[in-house]
Amino acid sequence: MAKNAVKLRAKAKKGTIDIKCLMSHPMETGLRKDKKSGEKIPAHFIQTVVAEKNGVPFLQADFNSTISKNPYLRVQVEGGKGDEIKVSWTDNKGETGSGSKKSK
Amino acid sequence: MKRRLFMKGTLAGSAIAAALGAGLLAPRAALAAWPKAVMESESVGDTGSASAAVKIKAPEIAENGAVVPVTIDATGIEGVESISIVAAANQRPLAATYNVSGGAVAFVSTRLKMGKTGDVYGVVKSASGTVHAKTQVKVTIGGCGG
Repeated sequence: MAKNAVKLRAKAKKGTIDIKCLMSHPMETGLRKDKKSGEKIPAHFIQTVVAEKNGVPFLQADFNSTISKNPYLRVQVEGGKGDEIKVSWTDNKGETGSGSKKSK
Repeated sequence: MKRRLFMKGTLAGSAIAAALGAGLLAPRAALAAWPKAVMESESVGDTGSASAAVKIKAPEIAENGAVVPVTIDATGIEGVESISIVAAANQRPLAATYNVSGGAVAFVSTRLKMGKTGDVYGVVKSASGTVHAKTQVKVTIGGCGG
């Protein structure tokens, strides 16, 4: 799997799509110190996450460094089978990642 | 280097223009500027009044503070605009804000890092005001090492 990909699972049930996704990211807070050198590890974390259904964004999330490493996110949206779900993120270094899947 | 900065500037400018263009459809979702001041603030912020309509699910005791699963369900409230997760004991209390629009269900679940035992708030902003639900999470091993 490509680096920065978002692992995604979307399942439709009774008019709502349940979306579970995993992003692979270190989520450094910038407060932690390197045990050997004693220097601070620079902050590196996801800042914004956008979830889209059929190209229309329905959720925009601002993450802080408080979110765990390799963030997991579960959201729900109205919709049915076959809707295209896309989740993408941007971190504080400007790196991006995304993943998309058709709802089952 | 200057050229790079310039390129960055123009790119950001065009992104904003595009966002404004899409603004009519989904104003909140299109504007992706990260609210730095709010995120780095050390105060808990406005949590509104307590409400039973907000359901928050978090473990009573978290064995590992680095991974605390939190679920917030505000489906009982109409016209939800945003859901925020706040871990009061953390150095930066605000963990995340989810701006919902366009058919999104007011339900989010994620995992937080927590340095020590403290209250976790689920703050829900809707057309009718700000309400919250809170629960205490006991952390037995620190997750936000430092």
